Formats: sequence, structure tokens, C-alpha cells
Amino acid sequence: MKGAGRALLVAIVLIAVAAPWLSPNPPDRQFNAYLYAPPTRVHLDGVDGAYFYPLRVVSRLERRFEEVRDRPVQLVWVDGHLVTSADGNEPLLLLGADSYGRDIFSRLLYGARTSLGLALLATLAAMIIGACVGGIAGYAGGLLDEILSRLSDFILVLPAIYVVLALRSVMPLVLPPRDVFLLLVGIFGLVGWPIVARGVRGIVASEREREYVAAGRALGAGPVRLLAFHLLPATRGYLTTQATLLLPAFILAEATLSYVGLGFPDAVPTWGTMLHDASNVALLGDAPWTLAPAAAIFVVVLAVNLVVQGRGESPLLR
Amino acid sequence: MLLTRLAPGDITANLGAFAPPGEVARTRARFDLDRSPVAQWGGWAVRASRFDFGDSFLYNRPVGALIRRAAVNTAILAVAALAVATLVGIPLGILTGSRRGVLPATVRAVSLVCLSVPPLLTSLFLVFLASRTGWLPPGGMTSVDVIDASWSTWMLDVARHLPLPALALALPLAATFERLQAQAMSETIRQPFVVAAMARGVAWRQLLVDHAWRASLRSMCAVYGLAIGALLSGSFVVEYVTAWPGLGRLMYEALRARDIYLVAGCAAMGGVFLAFGSVAADLLLFAADPRVRERQAA
Repeated sequence: MKGAGRALLVAIVLIAVAAPWLSPNPPDRQFNAYLYAPPTRVHLDGVDGAYFYPLRVVSRLERRFEEVRDRPVQLVWVDGHLVTSADGNEPLLLLGADSYGRDIFSRLLYGARTSLGLALLATLAAMIIGACVGGIAGYAGGLLDEILSRLSDFILVLPAIYVVLALRSVMPLVLPPRDVFLLLVGIFGLVGWPIVARGVRGIVASEREREYVAAGRALGAGPVRLLAFHLLPATRGYLTTQATLLLPAFILAEATLSYVGLGFPDAVPTWGTMLHDASNVALLGDAPWTLAPAAAIFVVVLAVNLVVQGRGESPLLR
Repeated sequence: MLLTRLAPGDITANLGAFAPPGEVARTRARFDLDRSPVAQWGGWAVRASRFDFGDSFLYNRPVGALIRRAAVNTAILAVAALAVATLVGIPLGILTGSRRGVLPATVRAVSLVCLSVPPLLTSLFLVFLASRTGWLPPGGMTSVDVIDASWSTWMLDVARHLPLPALALALPLAATFERLQAQAMSETIRQPFVVAAMARGVAWRQLLVDHAWRASLRSMCAVYGLAIGALLSGSFVVEYVTAWPGLGRLMYEALRARDIYLVAGCAAMGGVFLAFGSVAADLLLFAADPRVRERQAA
């Protein structure tokens, strides 16, 4: 179970890194004849390798397509991309196309970079803030501890998604993608740190009573040195567990925000902006492939859950 | 509330760029927007303590009435989801926590899958299913034609719209309950008092339900308090996806329109829900665990 989860996670990260090579089409190229086109059916029984039939629109209103049988298009392997279409105007759409005729499979791979990168950075931010605040609170004790603990408890009881929404809507709604990325990292970090801080505080507060800390102090180590080199390493196990719990939560938070239109602009491929396409109920029934990013999120969360369950931790209620 | 007030732009943007300055100023004065943020917040807090939450800019109606309707809708959804999650999750958790075999292993695998499907994904998937099969209406809370219908028709219509969002919200929660109950159960049956009861010849089924389950409720009650927060967060997404006119949707609209009094009202209502949840959890714990009652009495 645990091994399967780990293997899955590693595979996902590798896919995200290799996205430009693995994707058959550029993520923002619009194939105007292919709005909501279904996934391409690849035939493997060709004389010289695999081929597929290009699609022709039968009815734009009903979004019906038919294959042009007399004009098969060859697939080209390992030519800058792992696999792509020989004809630049007839795309290979492994998971169909979205409302602008963009390749969902390619966008999914590129989206993994943004979504996972954002979640990773946000997790890192939450960890660093949480470890610092928790460490200081646990080491200092007294009034400072009281204030910091109350603050983190206060943030903990708020339903996180509303805090994120409120913080996001304070900012201008339309921002360049880079600013949105940094803003979301900041917001997620702000919302996520108290969970980390509370545990770190507990561990540090109990560890500081141990003999090795007294010995360190007797040898002349200052509070900063004690905290950074002796106390915080004791929280390493706790921190890894928390990281595996925060990561899927942040992936989901990005998806939710982009889904409701408060995250990235539509041009940027992330799993959330892609899910936004699926928000049209009338189209969803006819174009189930727009749910592909949902499947991607599911796989990531499942992988993390497999790892966590293997370690025997209780699942986080989110 | 304060955050929204400080955000650039306010409701007067809705009057259009060519509105006469006098009208803009009058509108601002009507909603206290011409005063400093602190004075505005102070005024609001005083009035809110008398349950007067001000007027919504967006709907031009008292916030209190709007919120009351939305809160009832959210409560219907949350209670339904909580009931489903409890009825499904707890018995299955008792099963997987106390037994080994093919069935518990299957349940465990299914719940691990459900645990990985947050409400956003379940609701999208269920809406997809509904629009494909037509078994249930894919969104909304009522049909168009029952607005003026009688009370009983309205109830039936809501009952037809309810299962989809409630199920979307309940599935991950049921899985969480199942996992936690299983954990609590397997810890409890290892305790000496269970062995003692077994030695005295208590039937296994009775032992499980009357003795072990009651003792394991202690950790479950704490989870219920947290579940209310999860329900609130989850209901936002579900309400958005399935167009359920609840608190989450209202707050989203208010935030986008910078309708500060409505945002503040929604936040206050959410706080009431949370407080209610933790009080309910404490009461449950009090009812379930004799040890807590005795400590209180002593």
C-alpha cells in the first residue's frame, strides 16, 4: 500500500517535470475546428505504425463529429515530443478538447506543474512559518506562548475555505498569473501554518525539559542555536506527516478557487481552471472528458492517502 | 468584514461610470461608506448585537432576512449529509474495526477511495451522472413551477433535489467516520474491560454494541465537533456546483460584489454554526461517556 502510494507520487512528479516532452500539443494552441472534440481513437494496426482518422464537425450546435476515413494521419514518435500527430493541423487529442479547442491531455500535464508547484511551495511556506512560530512559542513559554497559541487556535477554528475566499477577494480580481501564483502561496501559507505550529509547539515544549537541552545551555548555546540545531530536528517526523496532509489540501484549494473563478485566469492551465470548463452542466453530460483534471486530483490525493495510511496515521478531517 | 471594506472599489461602481457625483455620495452615505472603516465597523457591531445586520447592497434588502433563508437551506443540506454519513459510516466502522475478512477489507478499500474524493469532485461527478441519466435534477433546490405551489408539493420537490448535494457532501465524511470509528473500535476491543466482559459470557454482538462501541464513542464525539467545520467548508463547494441557495453561495456572491454587510452577516452566521457544532459535540460526549459526567458531578 505504502509502496504503491510512493511510486504513484514519484510518477506524478516525473510526469509534471517532463510535461513539455510528454504532451503532444502546445497547451495553449486552439484548434478551432475541434471545440469539445471527443478523445482521438488511435489505431495501432497500421502498416507503418499507429494512425488515427481526423475529425470533421457534423453539427456544431450538437457538437457531433465524424471521422474522415479516407485520410488517416500517422503518429510520429520521439520527435521533440514523445508522440504527436504528423499533420500539424490535425491534432492528436488523447483526452479530447475543451471549450476553446485546446488539448486537454497536454493542458493536464502542464497544469500538473502549476498545481503541484503551487501546492509544494505553499506547503513549504506553511511548514516554515509553523515551525518558527511553534518553536518560538514552545521554547519561550509564558505570555508569548499564550499569545501565539491563541492566535493559531483562532485561525484553526475558522472554516479554512472561507478565510481563503475572503483573503483572495480582498485583492483585485484580475491579476497576472505570476502574481496570482505568489498570492495563493502566501494565502495558503497563512491559513496552513497554525496546524503545523500547534504540533511543533507541543513537541518543543516537552523536549526543552530534556537533559540534552540543559547540557547545551550549560555549554553556552544561545536560544537560537538550541532551537535551530537541537529542538527543531526533533519535530522532523511530525513535519513530514503534516506535509503529506497539507499538500492535497492545497491542491484542492487551488482547484476550488480557480473553479469558482477566483484563482488563475483561464489561459493558464491548472487543474482548477480546467475544471471550470466542467461547470457547465448542460455540456458536462456530453463531454465527460472535461472531468479529466478531477481524476488527476483524485489520483494525487489517493496516492498521498495510501502513503499516510501505510504509516498508520489517522486521516485528516478536511 | 474589515478586509472587504479595505478592498479597492465599492458598490458604487455598480451605478456606472456616468452616475452623477451627488447620487454616488448619497448612496455611500446611506451605507455608511463615507465614514472611516473603524467607525463603520463599530456602528455595525453595535447594531448587530441587536440582530440588525444592516442592508445588503446587492439585493437592497435587510441582510438578516437573506441570511435566515440561506442558513435554513444550508442547515437542511448539512443535517441530511451528517445523517447519511453517520448512518453509513458508523456501522461500517464497527464492522471493519472488529472483524477481519473479505467484507471488511472491501469496505476499507472503498472508504479509502471515498476519502480521496473531496466534495468538489463528488459533486461534479454526481452532477455529471444526474445530467447523463436524468434520475435526479442536477442542480438547484426547487423546480421553477413549484414556487407558488402548496407546502407539501414544495417539500416533495426539495426532497427530490436534496439527495444529490447531500450525497456529495456525505461521501467523504462517511469515509472519514468509517476510518475513525474502525480505529477507535479496534483500540477499544483490546482493552481489559472487553476481555473481562467476554470472560463473564456476554454475547459478542451485545458486547460490541453495548460495551465496546459506547466506550469508543468518546473519540468519535470529538470528531463530530470538527465535522461541522468540514461540513461548512464542503458545503460551500457543493452549493456552488449544484446551485443550492445556501450560505456558501450567498457569501461567495457577497464577496464578489463587495457587499460588506452581507459578508459580515454570513461570517457571523458561520460562527454561530461552528459554536453550535462544538456545543453539540460536548453535549454528545456528556451523554455518551459516564466518566465525563462523574467528573462534572465530583
